[in-house]
Amino acid sequence: MSTTSFGEPAIATLENQVDATPQQPRRKVKRGTWQTVIWFVVLIAVTAVVLYPLVWLLFSTFKPNSEFGSNMGLLPNNPTIDNYAKVMEGIAGVPMWRFFLNSLIIAAGSVIGVLLSSSLAAYAFARIQFKGLGILFAAMIGTLLLPFHVVIIPQYIIFQRLDMIDTFIPLLLPKFLATEAFFVFLLVQFIRQMPRDMDEAARIDGAGHVRIFWSIILPLIKPALITCSIFAFIWAWNDFLGPLLYLTSPENYPLPIALRLYNDQTSVSDYGATVTASFIALIPVLLFFLVFQRFLVDGVATQGLKG
Amino acid sequence: MSTTATRVIVTGEKPSRRSLFRRSRPEHVNRPGQRQRVVKETLAGYGFLIPWLVGFFGLTLIPMAYSLYLSFTKYNIFTPPQWIGFDNYIRMFTSDPAFVQSAQITLIYVLVGTPITLAAALGVAMLLNYRDKGAGFFRSAFYAPSLIGGSVSVAIVWRAMFANDGPVDNSLSAIGIDLGGWIGNPALVLPAMILLAIWQFGATMVIFLAGLKQIPKELYEAAEMDGAGPWHRFRAVTLPMLSPVIFFNLLLGLIGAFQVFSSAYIISNGTGGPAGMTNFITLYLYKRGFSDGQMGYAAAIAWVLLIVVAVIAFILFRTQRSWVHYAGDNR
Repeated sequence: MSTTSFGEPAIATLENQVDATPQQPRRKVKRGTWQTVIWFVVLIAVTAVVLYPLVWLLFSTFKPNSEFGSNMGLLPNNPTIDNYAKVMEGIAGVPMWRFFLNSLIIAAGSVIGVLLSSSLAAYAFARIQFKGLGILFAAMIGTLLLPFHVVIIPQYIIFQRLDMIDTFIPLLLPKFLATEAFFVFLLVQFIRQMPRDMDEAARIDGAGHVRIFWSIILPLIKPALITCSIFAFIWAWNDFLGPLLYLTSPENYPLPIALRLYNDQTSVSDYGATVTASFIALIPVLLFFLVFQRFLVDGVATQGLKG
Repeated sequence: MSTTATRVIVTGEKPSRRSLFRRSRPEHVNRPGQRQRVVKETLAGYGFLIPWLVGFFGLTLIPMAYSLYLSFTKYNIFTPPQWIGFDNYIRMFTSDPAFVQSAQITLIYVLVGTPITLAAALGVAMLLNYRDKGAGFFRSAFYAPSLIGGSVSVAIVWRAMFANDGPVDNSLSAIGIDLGGWIGNPALVLPAMILLAIWQFGATMVIFLAGLKQIPKELYEAAEMDGAGPWHRFRAVTLPMLSPVIFFNLLLGLIGAFQVFSSAYIISNGTGGPAGMTNFITLYLYKRGFSDGQMGYAAAIAWVLLIVVAVIAFILFRTQRSWVHYAGDNR
């Protein structure tokens, strides 16, 4: 898959948005060569510092356990793939693919939930005039700034009473109920920029809100939906606190919690497995990043999302 | 109000203080059959909002009210909550040194980490804004850590990087600075955590860069014509023109930093050590509520966190008139 095949039309739309405000043509300034050289050198130095931990992680997965005490440098002295073999076996009697699958189910389920519930709510906030709109929209914005920790104890009690501990339901249900206000807000902003002509024409032809939402708005906001999907996936994939609270048996663990199993065993002999499992947990996110990097970065720039 | 800065960034439109939540009346207001239409629209609106409404009331508003109630009780989940008034709050500030330390290190983390992250992000963004060619690559490379920074994997890497004889320790020893491991050292573990936060400057940087691109070049040219040097141009043009973006990044950065959890949990193996120096407020809350079964006390800690975040947001919004400059505003 190349970046362009999927991301390009979306990027074009995003860029149109940025350029929506009239901007003067940028003047070509001729700059000194040595300035450009310094510019490159400084930025390459920053890149080296920023990417070093990741490169270190990658190379460390090939270090035999005996090297971890003595060689914490970048390159392994005696490269091996033993760590991968060991990690694939799994831990605590659960094979690695099971953790991976759990993570995948949770992340994919989150994407579906976020897309369904957030787009419905965003359409209502952006395109339907109803009593109470103002106060409900203000409430939604309010939850943007609310520290999540205020509700974790009651939420835990609710799910415990409903006997849902150690299932994926407490992790997925909130996504299907649009509790992540950021996605709703992002989609509201996007829908508001869409021209109203088409849906007004459709209304005159007798189309109802469901039809307008499904046939007109959803296809139009595809770029925003893709941005939401990527972030929903990565956030769910990396989530630690949720699974830590709600999942108790190892066969239900997603990767971040499974990593803790390696991490808890503090003996030096497990270092190789720990870093290798960490790297494997990062692979899907890194792949997403490599494939969608322009799209992700542009999404952040225009929508004000944070990693 | 809270969206003003966001809207400027997101839509580039001029903020108007009135129209944020209110819209002009629909034009069919005096037509026959108007009442049915209003009813129909309202029904449609709430129909689309059903999932959000269930989530908002069921998972946010009612739980918030319940946690406020619990914060005035002694509750361990197994026996019914027992009303104890303000005891939890009094205990926190008078007889719980672990909480006081937790609040202190969280504040240090927030107040040191956020400004440095913002400054680094702005500095690198200005550097990238200098030249278009090749900037795209660096922009993407610097963004990667933001995407994975909160993950367990990165926390594990960080622990190894700053361990005794880890890469950081070894490079410092090589240039004659022997600090030993950072992670096990109460004096150095907090700086290591702050460095982890700074390392994730990329998302903030990308937002700054988008803001910098919007500043008209004429302003710089005019300033240059008036004889302004680089520093003066930065003070007189860049900072004021960028202030809405700075405001947005500052607000999100502060609120996000208060909620750091997983890296502290992993780096300290869930203990908050060494010597409580990674016992951030959310980790302390988790330990009290879910390890010690002191749900009421944990709820009170959560409410203190909420109040602090709300006060900071309030102060930022109140002071923004004096330093946040919106294009087209003549204040």
